[in-house]
Amino acid sequence: MRVAGIDIGSRTVKLIVVEEGNVVVAKKRINSHDPLVTTRELLRDVPYDRAVATGYGRHLLKRYLNCDVISEIRAFALGAKALIPSCRTILDIGGQDTKAISLNEAGDMIKFEMNDKCAAGTGRFLEVMATALGFSLEDFATAALSAARAEKINSMCTVFAESEVVSLVAQGARRNEVALGIHGSIVGRSIALLNRVGVRGDIVFAGGVALNRCVRQLIESRIGVPVVVPADPQTIGALGSALYGASGLVRGDT
Amino acid sequence: MPDYRQMWSNLGLDLQSHDALLSTLGSAYRDIFLSQEDRPEGMKYFDFVMTEVHGLRIKELMDAKAQGRIVIGSYCVFVPEELVLAVDGISVGLCAGAEFNFAGAEEVLPRNLCPLIKSAFGFKMGKVCPYIEASDVVVGENTCDGKKKSYEVLSPMVKDLFVMDMPQMKSEAGKQLLKAEYRRFAEKLEAVSGRKITADALRKGIETTNAKRTAIKRLAAIRKADPAPISGLDALLVNQIFFFDDPARFTASVNKLCDELEERVGKGAGVFPKGTARVLISGCPMAVPNWKIPTIVESSSAVIVGEESCIGERGTQWLTDGRGDTVEGLLDRITERYLKIDCAVFTPNASRVDHVREMVKKYDADGVIHYSLQFCQPYIIESGPAERELEKQGIPTLRLETDYSQEDTGQLRTRVEAFVERLRG
Ligand code: SF4
Ligand code: SF4
Repeated sequence: MRVAGIDIGSRTVKLIVVEEGNVVVAKKRINSHDPLVTTRELLRDVPYDRAVATGYGRHLLKRYLNCDVISEIRAFALGAKALIPSCRTILDIGGQDTKAISLNEAGDMIKFEMNDKCAAGTGRFLEVMATALGFSLEDFATAALSAARAEKINSMCTVFAESEVVSLVAQGARRNEVALGIHGSIVGRSIALLNRVGVRGDIVFAGGVALNRCVRQLIESRIGVPVVVPADPQTIGALGSALYGASGLVRGDT
Repeated sequence: MPDYRQMWSNLGLDLQSHDALLSTLGSAYRDIFLSQEDRPEGMKYFDFVMTEVHGLRIKELMDAKAQGRIVIGSYCVFVPEELVLAVDGISVGLCAGAEFNFAGAEEVLPRNLCPLIKSAFGFKMGKVCPYIEASDVVVGENTCDGKKKSYEVLSPMVKDLFVMDMPQMKSEAGKQLLKAEYRRFAEKLEAVSGRKITADALRKGIETTNAKRTAIKRLAAIRKADPAPISGLDALLVNQIFFFDDPARFTASVNKLCDELEERVGKGAGVFPKGTARVLISGCPMAVPNWKIPTIVESSSAVIVGEESCIGERGTQWLTDGRGDTVEGLLDRITERYLKIDCAVFTPNASRVDHVREMVKKYDADGVIHYSLQFCQPYIIESGPAERELEKQGIPTLRLETDYSQEDTGQLRTRVEAFVERLRG
């Protein structure tokens, strides 16, 4: 049986299809204004027998595809556990959410925390700040890593932080030092979430922001242990959904 | 529906805004409540009360006032209804649960204030709350800082604001203070109503209030059944109406509902399938029409089986001992009763978590959602230790902090769904 896992995030839609425990399709696409259209394009010419949706657009897709849904939190727990069986802690920083999840030995989720409704400390925050400083996302992390010291960013709110950044630059602060400050602030926020669930065992860092080297290094130096970033950290949720559909959990659970 | 427009305009309401409010309220009510399946027949009465909440009920208040009775509005379960009833007065709750005219409220209050307070001001300043306009006295109790200071701003806007001081600790001195304030409140009621509070009248007031609480406790106890015979939304609604309706009629209607629910339980019938994840809500009060979290929870494969809240069991679980021959003695009993309420404005407030734990057991809950209104310091601060304590005892707990807006519904839904997944393992 081929099971499609679809993760409809705020920035990207991800698709994974598993068959007999193997990933046979892995795709992602930047979300257009209409996540259903994006999803339909992703699914074009992809055969599957069953679909499971996750991500903020999951209920929308449920109505459209009549598929099962699971929360992103559970999807990430399942996906991370499958890739890295020793994983006990997950940090996921996506476009609009940051989540910290704690798993027990068996891989069941035992606790999770998620950022409050504002975008502070999420991928969106990094994006807005990169633009305010005139960096592309890739250059942003590189610039931050090149700084010897960090400018302190006090505001957590995306709107206030943006004007803080603009005025720092106007006062002659170095762009790379401001960039490092911004990375530091998002990391501080994530560490607080991690500490609330408790950092234990192997730590998987997932979500789009896991691709940012600077964030990763800062996290590692703050918690003092290395984190594992999966080869494609953005598709963990889609993988988890597909595995959920393939596991037979669906029937027992609904 | 009879035409209440003349009455509303006599009360000084802004008819246009009021129409807009009623129509939003009406459609939300249809979507959230009337769309539920297998609702108990007994809920029809409460539906009727809700449709007439600004109509018939207000007319009753106005008729009562015309006969010389007084209406007392309040924002807290520390204002004793027993005393109000002892002067044949009518007690109404004024807390508001909708994001209405926050812009108006923010002209006189800071933005970073609890939505319950902002909403009350939004309603008052937007001239859409007939209850506050009908109130002869509005009681402002010094509980949290937000309310205490906001009452200073409210004072010139209402006819008669009675500020009642509150202890912060449940010490002997705290008890003396509360009793002295209750005595002052009793005197105020006597002055405004022109009636003397006698031991007889006070005993009767206690009896009426106890009957209402006993009925609501009966409803609470029935919810321990699996499958749940009534949705958490409907049970919350009954708890909300507790603050508006005529006490005797309310009591009778709740008891009638309970008869029906007991029959359901006997037949093993319920509104959710047997084995549905059972959640207890604990935290800030949810005032009408704040149905946000229960709506999310009960559309995420879970059912709410109890509310540890002031619109819920924190406010209703204790009866007042009505034995005593003197007003003085009865005032002592009333003071003792109210001082048991474990509101987060008190320090320390350990009994609250004990009560949550008891409720989890009593209603067979699988987990607790701790609900805080944004900027509510007392409950947000308590939520951390409460969560740790409950988790330590093996009770899964989810902390949510939100306001009255709808923007964060998606994120809340994700968290609630993940929590329900955790409960079902
Ligand atoms: S939470 Fe505290 S202040 Fe608010 S109504 Fe309850 S007792 Fe009063
Ligand atoms: S919810 Fe909290 S901040 Fe708001 S009025 Fe009640 S105690 Fe005060």
